[in-house]
Formats: sequence, structure tokens, C-alpha cells
Amino acid sequence: MEYVISVLLSGISVGGQYALIAIGYTLVYGILRLINFAHGDVFMVAGLMGIYFTAVLPITLSIPLVILVTVALGFTIERVAYKPLRNAPRMSVMISAIGVSYLLQNSATYVTGGQPMTYPEIPFLARTVNVFGTHTKWVVILTPFLVLVLVFLLTQLIDRTKIGMAMRAVSKDFETSRLMGIKINSVISMTFIIGSALAAVGSVLFFTNYPAITPMAGAMPGLKAFVAAVFGGIGSIPGAVIGAFLIGICETIIKGLPSSWDVSVFSDAFTFALLIVILIAKPQGLFGEAATDKV
Amino acid sequence: MAGYICLILLIVTILENLSTFIPGVPQVLQPTSPLFTVLKKGAVYSLVAVSMNLLNGFTGLFSLGQAGFMLLGAYTYAILTVPASMKDQVYYLFGGCLLKSSLVDMFGAVFGTSGAGGAVAMVLGVLLAIILAGCVAAFFAYLIGLPVLRLKSDYLAIATLGFAEIIRAIFQWQKLGRVTNGANMIKGFPTFSSFNITDGSGGVVLRLSVFVPFLLASVCILLIVLLIHSSYGRAFKSIRDDEIASEAMGISLSKHKMLSFVISSFFAGIGGALFAMYVANAQAKAFTSTMTYEILLIVVVGGIGSISGSVIATFLYVACSEWWLRFLDSEMVLSNGFKVPLLRNGFRMVVFSVVIMVIVLFFSHGIMGEKELRLPGINGRPAGSKGAGKGKKDGAAAAKAVKEEKSSDDQED
Repeated sequence: MEYVISVLLSGISVGGQYALIAIGYTLVYGILRLINFAHGDVFMVAGLMGIYFTAVLPITLSIPLVILVTVALGFTIERVAYKPLRNAPRMSVMISAIGVSYLLQNSATYVTGGQPMTYPEIPFLARTVNVFGTHTKWVVILTPFLVLVLVFLLTQLIDRTKIGMAMRAVSKDFETSRLMGIKINSVISMTFIIGSALAAVGSVLFFTNYPAITPMAGAMPGLKAFVAAVFGGIGSIPGAVIGAFLIGICETIIKGLPSSWDVSVFSDAFTFALLIVILIAKPQGLFGEAATDKV
Repeated sequence: MAGYICLILLIVTILENLSTFIPGVPQVLQPTSPLFTVLKKGAVYSLVAVSMNLLNGFTGLFSLGQAGFMLLGAYTYAILTVPASMKDQVYYLFGGCLLKSSLVDMFGAVFGTSGAGGAVAMVLGVLLAIILAGCVAAFFAYLIGLPVLRLKSDYLAIATLGFAEIIRAIFQWQKLGRVTNGANMIKGFPTFSSFNITDGSGGVVLRLSVFVPFLLASVCILLIVLLIHSSYGRAFKSIRDDEIASEAMGISLSKHKMLSFVISSFFAGIGGALFAMYVANAQAKAFTSTMTYEILLIVVVGGIGSISGSVIATFLYVACSEWWLRFLDSEMVLSNGFKVPLLRNGFRMVVFSVVIMVIVLFFSHGIMGEKELRLPGINGRPAGSKGAGKGKKDGAAAAKAVKEEKSSDDQED
């Protein structure tokens, strides 16, 4: 029983961390129709910055700084690598995204020297707590609530503010919203800013749980978060969050199965199997068809 | 075209064997020179790049499953050719392999195991294993293609990427250890250097370790070029340019997409087998999505939709990453004691990816665009595979020559 609870808890927490990444994918896909392959690597870079900043600054200062610099990175990537290709075929933009991902990974290898880096212990998040008889870190408890709060704020932003309205309009019809006087580029930049900020928060939570960061650390969570976004119906924020929690929980359950079955190697493969089943059975995802959900 | 292929094969064979006949050749022609690493790896990668180009560039199917099919090919080849005498050693964690014999041993039973008979047995066994590697990859491509090829552009990309990851997980599963050796590598099978001809005492008489990958890769690329110029190839291109129009012209979309997917995977499987021969082991860990991205970027740099572009880009890419840019990875102190900043391990790949980004952003047509390299004597036919062998030496110059010839370039079909 305690084992089941601990598996579930860590599943929910991993799911929450995926959710924060998945929102970045779903927002960008909703507007640009682009799988931003670099997003997972932005997440990894945020993790690395967390290490380098906390080495010289107090934690209370370095976490906001990480978020700020990650936002700047996401913004720059969009301006440099995607904006010039706005009128190019969709595949060119995707190739550019793969190129950015390659660049970020190689730069990370260069900066870290290819060694796995240890994430600093954030005193508040890493403290252990006793829940129903299982010991777990605070971050595990905190993640789902933080995710829900952030998602709530984000939906408010999208439903109630002017920029949110602009985002919805652009995701519906790119050309028409441009004709209506919406500044497309600032809307797109905004989605990248939101996505990167959430990825930065996600990286703090994620790497507190998984202390080692390698240059490839972002690729797999990134792909999984994208699958979560597809599962929930691409463009839908609640869908992405539900998909991410589901994937996180399933993944930890698979990892937690008896080791004699030896199926933990399939924890990643499961995500992709889910993706393929979803694409074949219900390509629009869980919440994909409700047009009001599109962002 | 066959003439050019023979010429290239002759040149690489002579290059590789110069050190045997003329002892005092420069360092670059010694058998340990990076030149030969580049040639071998370049031959292997150019086949994979061309197979990816067939799918992405000529049929317009954006697939990212190449590494998965390479993995299938590499493992098929490795499992079928590990000699019986090596099996216990390779599979020691699992108490031996389910497959007791190997193809080479089977042919060895017919032709004998030593001397010329042994050579024939090995060539036949390796050849059959490579073909089977392609067939296994093609078969799985067929199964995967049934559901996946209905998907559009980026969904197809992510689904094929997912399948590659699933295949990788299956091959790392310890329960299949008696066949796949679990997550451990399979080694001990014939590699490129097994084809070097030795005398009785083990001294090398004739080196063929570059000739073999060049021969296999150029035959495969030649087949792909022939396919592209057949009616099927024209159907592929029309699907790429306009699906609805080509359907209206009576081209069956599902049939041709499947055909292109299966054929591309067949050659990716062969490429995987050659890759296993090149690195002398097969391990699922190597065939990650990063490998697919790398190949995709090669195709983009060469020009999506140009066979010769892919080959030139492969040799440039491999030469830069394995040889010409190596100096970026080590610290350098100039003669006046000035230490060049930034140079240390990993810098090469950073420079490399910046160059690739510049090409993607500002020269999106790549080296060749959709054009092919043209050489005298090949009329109306792209020089495809073989111009590239030259391209490895001065790819930029070759590309420039082609640009100058552009005016005489008549539209393909």
C-alpha cells in the first residue's frame, strides 16, 4: 500500500513536470503549427542555468534569474530561428527546430564538458515529508498544486486578457487575424515567452527530483510532453495537462512494476505506443475538437 | 555512370593500398589515417542519407524513423553473422545464443573454412546477412506503415520517431537477451577489415576495407537512382508536389507511399548493417533520435531532393566532424604563447551546429538544391552516387562547377 502511494505520488509529480513542458508545446503548435523540437532542450538549458546560477547566487535570487534567462532564450530562438522562416514550408521550420535542438545539445556538451551535472539541493523543495507512511520530497507534493495554479493563471490570461484573445484569434486563423490588425510577431513571441517560463519552472521541479543533468536530459521529457500535448488534443491547455499527468503516472507505474518482469525499459516506449494509438484512433486528441479550447 | 563508379572504387582501393607498396607515403595515407575513417563512415552514411532523401525529399513523407530501421538492420546482420565459435563469449550473460550457427558458418560448411573457400563463404554469408538485414527493416516498415502513413506531415514525423524509440526499447529488453544480447553490444562478427586479404602469416596483402563499403553503398545508391528515374520515381515526385493532383492522375497514394517507405527502410536497414560493420559492434544505445536528426541535417545540407547533394554533404559532414574540425576539440597554444580561447572538448560540435543552422536559415536549398551533379558522359542522367566520391575531396568546388553548369541543366522528366 505504501509502495502504491509512493508510486502514485511520484507519478503525479512527474506528470506535473511534464505538464509544464507540454503547455509550451501545445501553445506553440496551436499558433505556429510547429513541433518545437528545441523546447525540451530549452528545458535542459534551464536546468543547467539553475546549476550555474546557484553556484554564485543565493537560491531566492537565482530561480527568478533562471526563469528570466530562459524566457530570453526562448524569445531569441523564435526571433532568430523561426521568424525568418514564417513563409517557408512547415517542414523547413521543423528542420530549423531540430537544428536548434542540435545546437543547444552540443553547446551544453561543450559548456559542461559532457559530464553529468548535479543539480543543487533547494532546501525547501528537497526536504522530506511523511505522507500516509511514505517518505517523499516536498517537491513531489508541491508540483501538482503549483501546476494547477499556473494552469489556472494561464487560462485566465488566455480567456480574459487582450493578448489572450489575440492568441486565440491567431490560432484560429493566422492570415485573418493579421488582417484584423493583430501584431502576429508579438503574439508569437508571447507564446514562446510563456512556454519558456513554464519550462524553466518545470526544470527546477524536475531536476530537484532527478539530480543529474546531461546534455540529452531534455530530449526525452520534451518528446513525452509533446505526446501529452497530442494526447490531450494539440492546442488545448487542459488537455495537455491531463495528458501529461496520465503519462507521468503510467510511466512511474511501469517503472515500479516487479523487476522480475523487467519491463522498465519500456517506460519510454509506452509513451510512444500511446501516441500511435491516439493518432490512429482519435487524431484530434481528447479535447481537440472543441474549438474554443484552441489556443 | 557505371564507369564513374568503377573509377571511384579503383581510386579508393589504390589510395588504401599505397602504403603497402610505397613504404614512405605521407601520414595521411597510412592505414590509421583519418582519411580512411572518413571514407568508410562516409560511404555508410551516404547510403543512409540517400535512403532518407528518397522518402523525405522525393516522396515528401517527413519520416524520422531512420535510426530505428538502421537498428533493425544492424541487429539482423550482427545476430546472423556472429560466428558459432564467438557466440558463447558474446552472449555470456545469457548463457549462449538461441541461434547456434551463423550464415558464414553455414556457407563455410559448403565451401570450407580456410583459404579461398573460406573467403567465398564469408562473402556469401555477409552478403546474404546484409540483404536479410534490409528485408527485416523493410518488413517492419511495412507493418509500421500500415497505420502510420495515413498521418500528415509532422504527425507522421513524430509517429515514426516514436516507432524508432519503441524498437530501440524492445531490443534492449533483457528477456530477449538470448537473441539480442539485451542492452549489451553484439560483437565479433565480420567487419570491413575482415575483407582485407592476408597471407599465411597474417600480414595484409591487399586492403579492401574501404573498397567494400564503397562497393555496397554505391550499388545501393545506384539502385535508388534507377528507382527514382523509373515510373515509380516519377509517381513519388508527383505525390511530393501535389497529392490531390497525382491522385487525380490515377496514382494510388497509399500504394506508392508504402512502396517508398518500405524501399527507403530496406536501404536504411542495409545502411544499419554497414554501420554495424563500420563500428564493429551493434548496440541499441547508438541508434537514438539524435542519429536520425544528424542524418536529416545531412540531407538538408545537401539539398532535399538531390541524391548527389546528399552524398556530397555526407562526405563533407563526416570529413569535418571526424577530421578537418578535430583541431577545435583540443587546446591550442600559438608559437608566441597565446592560448587560443574557446578551444576545448566539444567546441567542434558547437561550430558545426552553428554552421548547420546558418545553412538551414540562409541557404535553405543546401549545396545542390534539387539539382544533381552532372559529369560528362552521363547524358540527361544525374551523376548521382558517384560524383560524390570526388565531392569528398573538393565538394565545394564540385558544387560550384554544378552551379556554373546550371544553364545547361534541363528539367528532370
